[in-house]
Amino acid sequence: MGRSSTVKETQALFQSLRSAYAATPNNLKIIDVFVGFAVLTAIIQVVYMAVVGSFPFNSFLSGVLSCIGTAVLAVCLRIQVNKDNKEFKDVAPERAFADFILCNLVLHLVIMNFMG
Amino acid sequence: MARSLPGFLAQIVAVALICCSFAAAASIFQPISDSHRSAALEIFDRSFGSLEETYEALRTFDVLGLERKPDVGTTACQSVSQTLASSSSNLKDIFYALKVNGVLKCELDAESVEGTVSTFQTAVGSASSLLEFYHSIGGLVLVKDQALKGDLFLADAEGAFRSIKALSQSDGRWRYSSSNPESSTHAAGLALEALAGVISLSSSEIDQSLIGTTKNDILKLFEQAEKYDDGTVYFDEEEIDAHESQGPLTSTWSVVRGITSFAAVTSGNLNLPGEKVLGLAKFFLGVGIPGGAKDFFNQVDSLACLESNRQVLSWNDSLCLIAIPLILSLPATVNSLTRKDALKVKVSTVLGSDAPPLMVKLVRAKDTPAIESQELKFDSENKVHVLETLKKSVDVGKYIFVFEIVFHDPEHKKVYAVESKAEVPIFLTGAVKVGNAEIAVLDSDLGSTETQKNLDFAGENLVSLSANHLQKLRLRFQLTTPLGHPFKPHQAILKLTHGSKVDHIFVVGSTGKQFEIILDFLGLVEKFYYLSGKYEIQLTVGDAVMENSFFKVIGHLDLDLPEAPEKAPRPPVQPVDAYSRFGPKAEIAHIFRAPEKRPPQELSLTFLGLTVLPLLGFIIGLLRLGVNLKNFPSAAAPALFAALFHLGIGAVLLLYVLFWLKLDLFTTLKILGFLGVFLLFVGHRTLSHLASTTSKVKSA
Repeated sequence: MGRSSTVKETQALFQSLRSAYAATPNNLKIIDVFVGFAVLTAIIQVVYMAVVGSFPFNSFLSGVLSCIGTAVLAVCLRIQVNKDNKEFKDVAPERAFADFILCNLVLHLVIMNFMG
Repeated sequence: MARSLPGFLAQIVAVALICCSFAAAASIFQPISDSHRSAALEIFDRSFGSLEETYEALRTFDVLGLERKPDVGTTACQSVSQTLASSSSNLKDIFYALKVNGVLKCELDAESVEGTVSTFQTAVGSASSLLEFYHSIGGLVLVKDQALKGDLFLADAEGAFRSIKALSQSDGRWRYSSSNPESSTHAAGLALEALAGVISLSSSEIDQSLIGTTKNDILKLFEQAEKYDDGTVYFDEEEIDAHESQGPLTSTWSVVRGITSFAAVTSGNLNLPGEKVLGLAKFFLGVGIPGGAKDFFNQVDSLACLESNRQVLSWNDSLCLIAIPLILSLPATVNSLTRKDALKVKVSTVLGSDAPPLMVKLVRAKDTPAIESQELKFDSENKVHVLETLKKSVDVGKYIFVFEIVFHDPEHKKVYAVESKAEVPIFLTGAVKVGNAEIAVLDSDLGSTETQKNLDFAGENLVSLSANHLQKLRLRFQLTTPLGHPFKPHQAILKLTHGSKVDHIFVVGSTGKQFEIILDFLGLVEKFYYLSGKYEIQLTVGDAVMENSFFKVIGHLDLDLPEAPEKAPRPPVQPVDAYSRFGPKAEIAHIFRAPEKRPPQELSLTFLGLTVLPLLGFIIGLLRLGVNLKNFPSAAAPALFAALFHLGIGAVLLLYVLFWLKLDLFTTLKILGFLGVFLLFVGHRTLSHLASTTSKVKSA
């Protein structure tokens, strides 16, 4: 009895989440997909390291941190671009995007240097 | 008779040392022998540069009776003809060319001879320096002697004589020219030879007073001669850096040539004492076998002049102007009493030819009354005088024998120069008997013998003893000569060597015949550095006249010494085997860090593929979301900037890839600087354009 209700409740929760998510604007969805892509790549790298060992540790770190860093910057972009966010009303989305690009370029320069 | 090799070698070394040490007091000179001849063949075995060197070699071979190589003769003759025919040769070259011709007797054409003679005659007339006189007059003498031209005379012989004489000094030396104040003995020899040449070339008699003064000059020159204690006489220059001074050998050679050629052309006695002539011969023989060609020539030519002096005289003429030296030599100065060697003495001329009939007498031995005067028998087969038997009472040892030479024909005394009393060091060696040898270990307190063993030095058995620090070691033996007298050798040494190579040396003292040494270990404990253990005992007995000198290991001694106290001296460090210290060390095997295990390539490639999957997922997601490029500006300028913006980002990413692959950080940063500025500018334009478009849409 309890189990079926829990299942039903979770199902109802998921439904509401999905419908709410469908309402988000398209550009935010693009950023979400991008974040997902970055995190997934990081996970695959971690799994690889778990399998073969961390011998060139710097390479592992640079690979994983590049993905995580990109994901973090994308999340920051999402926050700044989101119209519902009152804090960043004054920041134009293009400005946020330019910051995103700049920070990504700097991050990747450091990553390339560290990778070896 | 069996001899131990070390003893034999010790004997040879001792004899060599003693011969050197006796050199000052009483020397032995050996006449020219076959070793000279073989050395000459080696030294002159090369091609010769100048006619002077060629002449030296040819003359040396001629005197020593050696055969020269055939091609040497032909090349030399060619050189001679060329020099005589050429008009540009100087006096010295023509002079030596004629000298070479004298030995080789080449074919010369008469024209060049005529030309040469006229050159020489003009040179004599106009000569101003000694060397010009020497070469020109010498050349004319050679032409005359070789019978190349008959009836050759000097135009103004007396004038030439006076000119040469004018260059002489009061001490018997000569100057090279009137402008040069330096005088030398070498020049004196050349001048005398030149004067002799003038006398032989003059058509009339030269004034006898001039000849008399020249003879006085020769005697004064001999007063300048240097002397050694053993009677050697030689000439040297006063100033070392004088013109053309080449050492005493050359100066003495020059003087010898001068006086022999002068004596050959004058009559009357020169009054040169025989000892001086003998001294000159000793000087040249004392050189031994010279090392260089010029020294060899000087030695051999001078000895030939001294010896061939007699060939100039006819046998009717009993006046001898310079005495001919005879050398007394011994083929062997070491005689063995055991082998009953007979003492041999040889008397010969300096070149090794036979002496006239004479008798050698042993007058006495210095400081030894036992040896009496006796005559030596002449063995005509081997041309030696033999002392058949020394009397039985002569023992082993070193002696100085005094010999005297007595001519059979008393007239020969004036002709030949011999030493009045020749002192010769002689060694008589023999076997020394070693007897009554014993070694014992004594108890120090009571003086009683603990162990005593007899030693036999001829045999090979080793004794084995043991002692502690309270005991003494005693070694005794007796040495007697073949005649039974006590014998004291140069060396009687006992050596004890520890296993660690630390050794101790003691001298064995003697009283009369008996040799004894007592080692009291109580007093020697500190000297032995408190080292206990096995010591090897070695005894050395040796002397120059002892034929059976020996050093042998007698046996071993196990010595028990007390423990070393703390402050005891340490034994000296023994030399380390050089190879172990300086030789190559062991090879070092380096251990490197094992390389990390890498995963197999397939696994890596699989994961590479897996990494690409999320990218694909991203692209699919974008497509599902309905991504489009509608907002891309359509107007030309903004479109361009937008395109450049995208290209710029692409370029930066490409730069990063290159940076990873091969660039370094500084190059990258430099390029990034340029690209970054460009990107900023372009990006700003694009994004501001986009922003203005969106705001227009918003406001609209």
